[in-house]
Order: sequence, then C-alpha cells, then structure tokens
Amino acid sequence: MAQDIAQKSRKFDIVGTRPIRPDGIDKVTGRARFGADMNAPGMLIGRILRSPHAHAKIKKIDISKAAALPGVKAVVTRDDFPVTDGNAGLMDILTNIMAREKALYDGHAVAAVAATSASIARKALALIKVDYEVLPHVTDVDASYKPGAPLIREDLITSGVEPAPTKPSNVAARHQFGHGNVDTGFKEADVVVERSYKTEATHQGYIEPHACLASVSPDGQADLWVCTQGHYMIRNVCAQLLGMDQSRVRVTASEIGGGFGGKTTVFIEPVALALSRTANRPVKIAMTRDEVFRATGPTASSSMDVKIGAKKDGRITAADMVMRFQGGAFPGSGVEYGAMTSFACYDLENVRIVGWDVLCNRPKLAAYRAPSAPIAAFAVESAMTELAQKLGLDPIEFRLKNAAKEGTKSCYGPTFGPIGIIDCLKATKDHPHYKAPLKANQARGVACGFWFNFGGNTCVSMNVGFDGTIALAVGTPDIGGSRASMTMMAAEELGIPYDKVRCIIADTASLGHNDVTDGSRTTFSTGLATINAARDVIKKACQRAAKTWGIPEEAVVWEKGYAKPAGANAGKFEPLSLAEIAANSPNTGGPIAGHYEVNADGAGVGFASHIADVEIDKETGRTTITRYTVCQDAGKAIHPSYVEGQYQGAAAQGIGWALNEEYIYGKDGTLQNAGFLDYRIPVASDLPMIDTVILEVPNPGHPYGVRGVGETSIVPPLATIGIAISAAVGKQMTDIPISPPKILKAIKSKG
Amino acid sequence: MRYEAPKSIDEAVKLLGGEKGQARILAGGTDLLVQMKSGRLEPDLVVDIKRIDGMRKISSEKGGFRIGAAVAGAELGEHAELKKTWPGVVEAARLIGSTQVQGRASMAGNLCNASPAADSVPALVAVNAMAVVVGSKGRREVPVADIPTAPGKTSLAKDEIVEAILLPAKPANTGDAYLRFIPRTEMDIAVVGAGVCLTIDGSGTCTAARVVLGAVGPRVILSDACAKALIGTKVDDAALAKLAAAASAAATPIDDKRGTKEFRTDVTGVLAKRAAKIALERAKGK
Amino acid sequence: MSQIHVSTTVNGDAYEFLCEADEPLLDALRDRLGLTGAKEGCGTGDCGACTVTLDGRLVCSCLVLAAEADGQKIGTIEGMADGEKLHPLQQKFLEHAALQCGICTPGFLVAAKNLLERNANPTETEVRYWLAGNLCRCTGYDKIIRAVMDTAQEMRRA
Repeated sequence: MAQDIAQKSRKFDIVGTRPIRPDGIDKVTGRARFGADMNAPGMLIGRILRSPHAHAKIKKIDISKAAALPGVKAVVTRDDFPVTDGNAGLMDILTNIMAREKALYDGHAVAAVAATSASIARKALALIKVDYEVLPHVTDVDASYKPGAPLIREDLITSGVEPAPTKPSNVAARHQFGHGNVDTGFKEADVVVERSYKTEATHQGYIEPHACLASVSPDGQADLWVCTQGHYMIRNVCAQLLGMDQSRVRVTASEIGGGFGGKTTVFIEPVALALSRTANRPVKIAMTRDEVFRATGPTASSSMDVKIGAKKDGRITAADMVMRFQGGAFPGSGVEYGAMTSFACYDLENVRIVGWDVLCNRPKLAAYRAPSAPIAAFAVESAMTELAQKLGLDPIEFRLKNAAKEGTKSCYGPTFGPIGIIDCLKATKDHPHYKAPLKANQARGVACGFWFNFGGNTCVSMNVGFDGTIALAVGTPDIGGSRASMTMMAAEELGIPYDKVRCIIADTASLGHNDVTDGSRTTFSTGLATINAARDVIKKACQRAAKTWGIPEEAVVWEKGYAKPAGANAGKFEPLSLAEIAANSPNTGGPIAGHYEVNADGAGVGFASHIADVEIDKETGRTTITRYTVCQDAGKAIHPSYVEGQYQGAAAQGIGWALNEEYIYGKDGTLQNAGFLDYRIPVASDLPMIDTVILEVPNPGHPYGVRGVGETSIVPPLATIGIAISAAVGKQMTDIPISPPKILKAIKSKG
Repeated sequence: MRYEAPKSIDEAVKLLGGEKGQARILAGGTDLLVQMKSGRLEPDLVVDIKRIDGMRKISSEKGGFRIGAAVAGAELGEHAELKKTWPGVVEAARLIGSTQVQGRASMAGNLCNASPAADSVPALVAVNAMAVVVGSKGRREVPVADIPTAPGKTSLAKDEIVEAILLPAKPANTGDAYLRFIPRTEMDIAVVGAGVCLTIDGSGTCTAARVVLGAVGPRVILSDACAKALIGTKVDDAALAKLAAAASAAATPIDDKRGTKEFRTDVTGVLAKRAAKIALERAKGK
Repeated sequence: MSQIHVSTTVNGDAYEFLCEADEPLLDALRDRLGLTGAKEGCGTGDCGACTVTLDGRLVCSCLVLAAEADGQKIGTIEGMADGEKLHPLQQKFLEHAALQCGICTPGFLVAAKNLLERNANPTETEVRYWLAGNLCRCTGYDKIIRAVMDTAQEMRRA
C-alpha cells in the first residue's frame, strides 16, 4: 500500500468532487426508512419498564397482572436473560439491558412487555409490581471516588494498583501512560501552571431514538431491523446473550438517524428478540426521548488535575495529569482514552497521565465522538494557554514550539508517522479569523485536539452486472454520507462514472463480519477495502480480456475503465470496456465479482485546531459565539462537502457541550432534564456559520491517503470556548458546561 | 379518554361540569399533549374549544382588544394593530416555543397552564389584562394575575373556561415591554422574565408603572417597590438602578435545573431595567 | 374504547381513518396512513422532526391530536415534490449536502418551505430563528441555512 502514496500527486477524476449522495432523494422526500419506520404483519409493540430509583435492590417482580391483561403476549424480566458464560464485559451488557439483583441507575430496565397495541403495552407496564429496597446512591465522580461512598458493586477491587486493594470500592481501575521523568522535568521548569477542572456528562443527542423490529421463530431463526452503527455487533452480542447461533440471526441496518458513538452497543435489541421469541410474533420497540436520555449512552463526567511546566523560551519540560472519570454503574469510563489523547498534540520529554475509572449510579457510558478526548483536551489546552500567557507567548507559537511531528514518541506510546498538527496550527495562525479585530465584550480562544482514528475488520463485495455497472455491498452503516464516498472511490478506481456504481449497506448474512462504524473508521477502512475490491475486479476483468484476446494476463493493463494491451508487443486489440467484458463474461468464466477482507491497520491519526470568538453579556453571563473556524487534517478529502459537514457538526456538538449541555441529577439521584427542553443542544439561531479549512497530509496507510475525519473536531471546542470565555471575563473557567450562572458568578467575583 | 369538540361555549361548560373524572381543555395543546405523553396526566375527557365561534378571533373592544382563548401566537404576530398597540404582550407571546409551537400555543393556554415561567403572563399582568371566564354560573371578568394560584393550579372552577383575554385601551404616552433570560436563543423555558408597562407625561416623567417578574416565585410578582422606583422619575440611570435593586429584592426564586437562586436574583434586576428602557422608548413613541 | 372517525386531507388527497381519542396526529400519519416521513424525535414538540402543516400553519404533529385533524388540511414531506420533480428546497438540500443522517431533513424541509411561502427574502437571522425548533445534531446547521438562503435567492430569480 505504501507505494500508493506515490499517488500523492495522482490526479483524481472523481475523488475530491462533490456529487449528490446516492441516498439523498429518499431522504429529502421522506421515503428513507429509519429504525421506527418498519412494520411487520402481526407485529406487537414492546415497551420497557424502568427503575425510578438511582440505586435499589429488586426484591421481587410480580408480572402476573400484566401477563393476564388481554392483548399482552409476552412479559420478560431478568429471569428471561440467564447468565451467559461469556466474559465480564458481556455480563455487564446483559446486566445493563435488564437489571438483575439491583437497579443501578434511574432508568435502568427492569421488565418489558409486548402487546397488541402501544396503549395496552403502556397499561401492562403499570400492572407490573416491582418490590424495591432503595439503597444509598452516588452520582458525582469525586464523591464516588472517595472511601465510604455507597458501594455500587460489593465485590469490585481496583485493578492496576499494586498491591491490589483488599477492600472493594467504586474505583474499577487505574491506568497510567507516559514516559520520561516528570519530577526531573518540573525541576527544570521556569514556569509551572497547575489547575483542576471538572466536566459534566453529555449525551450524543442523536435525533432518532433507538428503534428495532425483531422476529424470532421457534426454530431459532431470527430477523432484526435496527438503527445501529454496527449490525454485525448487534448480531454477535444478541446471539451470545440469547444463546443463539450468529448465522441464524440476520440483522439489517436501517437508515440511522444519528449515532455519534451512542449506537455502538445494544439496549433494546436483545429485549425485542426475547419478547418476540416468547410471543412467537414480530415485536417492535421504539424508545421515547425520555428513555434515550435516562438509559442510553451519556459520556463520562470527570474531574482532572493538570500540571505543566516550561522553560522561559516556551519549551515544555514536564506534563503531569490525574483524571477521574465516571462512566455509569459499570467499569469502562473511557478514562484511558482521555489519558492517551491528553497530550498527544505535543512532543514531550517527560509526561505522565494517571486515569481512574470510577463507578456511579448513572447509565452505562457509551462512546461519543472521539470518546473522552474532548474532556482531556479541555483541561490540557486550558492549562496550555494559561502557561503561554504566563510566559508571554502567543498561544499558537507556544503550541508550535511543542507540537508533535513525524518521529515524535506520543504520550500514549507509539511513534508518529507523517501527521498534521503543525499544518493545522499554521493554518490557524494564518487564517484571517485569527487576526480579525474584536469588539467590546468579545474575546478569542484557540485550541487543538487529537484523535487516533480506527481501522478494523472490514469486508466488501463488488458485484459486476452483465452491463458492467457495479453493485457495491459494504457492511458499515452510513451515518453521514459514506455511501457517497464509497461510490466515488469505487468509480475512481475502476475508471467508470459515479452513477454506474450503487452502494448498499448489506445485511449480516450477505458479507463477512464488519466492525461497527466508529472511530472515524469507515471512509478509511471500508474505503480501503472498496478500492482493493475494485482492484480485484480489475484483475479479473484483465484476465477475461486476456482470455478474449488470447494473450497472457500480464500483457493486459487497466486504464480509465478499459482493458488494453500493455504495449505493442502484446498485440493490437481495441480496448475493452468493463461493460463489454462483463457482457461477454458468461463466455469467459462466468460472472465477475471483486472482494476484499481485511483487519485494516494504519488509520492515520487526526489533528485539528479551532478558533472561537465569543461575546459575553456581562450582566447576565450569556455567551454568544460570534465566529468559529475549524482547521483539520483530512489526509485526503474524498467528498469535501461531507468532510466539511463532519467538521461543522463536530464543532457544533462541542459548542453545545462547552456552553449548555449537561446531565443534571437531583438529590434523589434521578435525572432532572431527560428531554430536549432542558437538555439544551444548540439550535439554529445559537450558532454562526462554521468556517472550515481542509488540510491534506496524506495517510500512508490508505491508497488515496485518507484519514478519518468524523471525530477529531469535537475535541478542541470545549477548550477553545473555555479559553475565549476566560479571556472575556478575566478569570480561568474550569467547569464545563460554562453556563451563564457560572460566568456571571466569575464576573461578580472579580468585582 | 374521550375527545369532544363542542360548537358552543355552553356545550363546553356542560361537558366539563358533567365529567366525573379528570377533564382538560384543549386550545393549542402544546402543554396538554406534553403532559399526556409523559404520563403525568391521564385525562378522562379533553374538550377542544377551537371549534367554538370566536375562540380563534382577535377583535377590537372598548378601545382595546378581545383575544379568543385559542388564538395562536403566530396569529397575534400577524395582527398589525395589536402589535403596534401592545408590542410587549405580542413579543412575550411570540417567545413561547418554536415556530411550530407558535402555530398552536395560545396566551389563554399559557395562562391556564399556570407555570410560574409562562412568558405571556408577566406581560399581560403588566398591561392589566383581564380574562373572560365562562362557567355554569355565567360570565365574569377576572384580572389575569388572579387566574394562576400556584404552580399548575388556577382559581377556575371545574366547569369554567377562559373564553378570551381582554387587553385594555392603551393610555397616551404608554409603552410596554417583556424580556426573558434563557441560556440558548430559542426553545428554552424562561429562567427569569420581566414585564414592564409605564406611562409618562409631557415632561417625560413617569406617572404610572407596572413591573411584573416571572419565573422567580410560585406565581408572577407584581412589584409595587419596582413601580415606585420608576414613578416620579425620568426613568434615568439612577431610577433604573433603583428599579434593578427593587426587582432583585422582590424576586423569591429557587435553585433548580434551569438556574440558581443567586443567578435568578441578579438577572431579575437586569431584565427589569432593560425592559423598562424599552417600555420608555415606546412610551415616547419611538 | 370506541374510536373516533376522522376525515381529513393530506397533501391534497382525502383520507379517512379511525383513531384513539388520545392519539397524536403523528402516530396516525405514521401508523394508520403509512406516511412515515414525519419522525418522532421527542414526542414533546422540542425537536421538530414531526413538522407538518395544519391548514397552512407549521405544527409539531406530535402535539396535535389526530382527532383534531377532522376537516382540516395537512401537508407532509410526502407532498413536497411534484411527481418526479423535486421542490427547489429538496434539490438545494442535496446540492449543498445539507443533510447527513437525514432524520431531521423532512421537518426542516416542511418548515423551510413554509417560511419561503411567507417570506421570499429572509435574512440569515430570520432563517435561523424560524428553524430554531428543528433540531439537527449532525450538520451544525451551516449547510442547511446556506441551502435555504440559496433556494430563496433562486426562487426569487425564477
């Protein structure tokens, strides 16, 4: 593949243009079918009963009245989900989708029913009698980290600590990353900044609630229609939880109405399957918005301590950080991702990051776009700017002086290849936005961010019709336009027009396993597989041409959609198009199809740098974002409009997180704002246009140089905006979200 | 649940009076359906009043306006004369919810939902609006301020309906304004609201004022102290500072998911001051 | 529970259906008439994904009872294109890449069309406030606003 980077100078015909996406017309006419848009004959409606308590022992569940209600066809509880012999992670998933001995958070599923109508299902839920013994709860990460907090798991011993603790606690694990010696480093420092930060949990906030339609037959065959980022994951996990064969569960990914990481696990799907199995009828479950907020993937909330030291000339000598993340009532707060990404933008001699994974009585964390990285970047970047100010340096110059480059040993271990952080910072510095004058009560912030980008298991089939057109089957659900970019890469490689390729998301029976669409992996991994499947088609097409012409295979080359003799010695034949070769394929060996399977490696890491201007109403603490610019390295932008869209969408989510979005828990441990009214995501009138700069530092791991672009730009906004607000009010803002009451308090405290 | 859409107000009153279980009136439905969806409310009867004559009409009455109970916010915004006369009231009603909610939500519904954070109520109380209440015992006119008695509770009898809201004729040199604070630019419930209506004389001295604070107590607060801070002044910076202090002092907010007590107290003063400035400009005919 | 008989007009076509008294119009459109273009994102009027017009006014169909639709005229995303000819807004949304996942798109299109029918020359601020009740979590609104502004300009020229 590395030789393809010689294609850095390759002139593309289709890649880099902006064609209309193949699923577009369905989506602007209302025809596209999302999770809740599918029905089946004889279908029942499923609904889930949820715990009203943050922490409670479930002494008894009496379903008799509900089961006896006319129209109710199935009721399931923990008894219908026997313990699996799988690993601890699987057991956590099982416990999360249906509470066992205890309800672990407000909204935890306790029972489910399937009935002939939604209203009967609702009535049936009210007839289920759950005998709870309410237990003390804890929802704050610092409170839960302390000894003496109400124990969520009676047997949880902190891992990663030597010697192992003898007593259980809510701290699941300790993680450490870094290199060098920070103590020595700080001794060399002329200036040190040390500060603590907190961030509250947010929700991915996809507009489409989770929905699925399950149908299980008594012979063990099952079909599932579901909105998900990974239907193979759904299949595998459900099969394991329910004791079914993976191949007998066929999962079809519906159109997906946003996921952002939140649809990378199972919630309702095993429940719908279990209900369907009991009732022997199709069962549809669609969550309400309230359920989405209470029971599906919020992020971690955190508390962090950062210390950075530097010489007077701006060279950092040491960086040290402790992070405490809670990710709900199960291990897996993602603190290790926070730790790994924290200082990845910088080339550091001495760095140490310690992360603590803490449990709280909150819903089980699910990934959210560059999970944990925005949280870590808020603390690190805020401290970086404070340090630049103390040193009297321009914040971008200070970052450039310490920026990671090719050959830098990253804070999480690996050594970087060609990367784009310096390009991003320079583009930011050169952007007219950075030099534009500010008005009264306005201030500017700049910060950068990093995300790994994923590769992973990928399988693609490229089927050539007898007319030479292409049906491309991929297995990674399309969240933001990936069918367009796959179509473009296929057409580019084959040398045929864009509209001669149709890309579909195949069901789980039609392709080998594909990992979830996450980690910004799809354009990279599925793109790589698509290009290689196209090369497989080309190879086969050349073989058929060789056979037709009666010359050796090696004597045929492929150029812009045609097989041609390699040179004068190969013979004189008119070039054959893919359509001609395909039409003749029954005579040359049968149909043509290309395939590629890979566990893709070499996803190039991503960097971004943002500029935000804020205006503060100093009497009310209200923030208005007046201007926003994103600079990010895409490696190679396949469809620039959708790359820009990723930058803008990620920035907007980060802006919401920075200013107003947060999980608010009451004293009783219940979620106070489980709806879009009080969980305040940005609306159209909250935001300015979001300028974008696409940088292209090719990734050697991809034939066209692609890096994932979906996540990196949610990493800088918390810090970018925090830094701008801090400058406007003249006080370091350390608590996300930086909501009006906090800003007004900061202004007042300055007098 | 039963759904009824009577053609006359008498029929509606009868339906409400005759219902043994829980009955609710449906005007715009933007609060009612939310409560039903959440399961907080399971009414036995819903009486849709939109098919009753006059419920969706704005008419001139006694130099002021009669606004039917089901007139939607968007319709208020399209009534040029109303907007010109009582811009503060119209702006307040227009702040309720999104464009879509504006297609349905009415001021009478906003009033009878009895939320302390209702946007139109401080503005209505500021201009001394009346509610026309119809029940089995006949028709009565009640000051708008007397309809909500506590969060979610009203002074209406079971068979009573607010049929219309009456806005008085506007005295000369009078202006009204309403402002609210929300963290976003749209789609939030008021964290603090302030409605002001004031009248000036030929010399620019304030002769009458009503200052009403929303979302900072169980009901809206009509503050005499705030009015006193303005009356007899030119509504200059000194008077506005006094008004702000009086408003903050009058506020009795709580800490909740939408704001802290401290924040609400501070912002009450700020909004009262800013609303008074706008009302003053309007009183001057600017 | 006896059901209510409703006669209504959807996108110019007459429809009749039976519904529960407490059934939202959104459910009736989706489950009884098979018009699934309107989506339920929240069920409480906060997201705008279920936006339709009711006698020409924008409403959240989750906040309207199906029974109220009797004798009224409803407009949904399914009625926006004229046969195979897309409405200019639909075309511009495609050209500007104004959708990513597409779940909010029907609501945005219905709301934007209603805006342009009332105001052929809206400012960016007017467009943003008009559409503030339509949540989009993918795009940051930038390309949506540009698509609407561009459509308005093109429709004025035509």
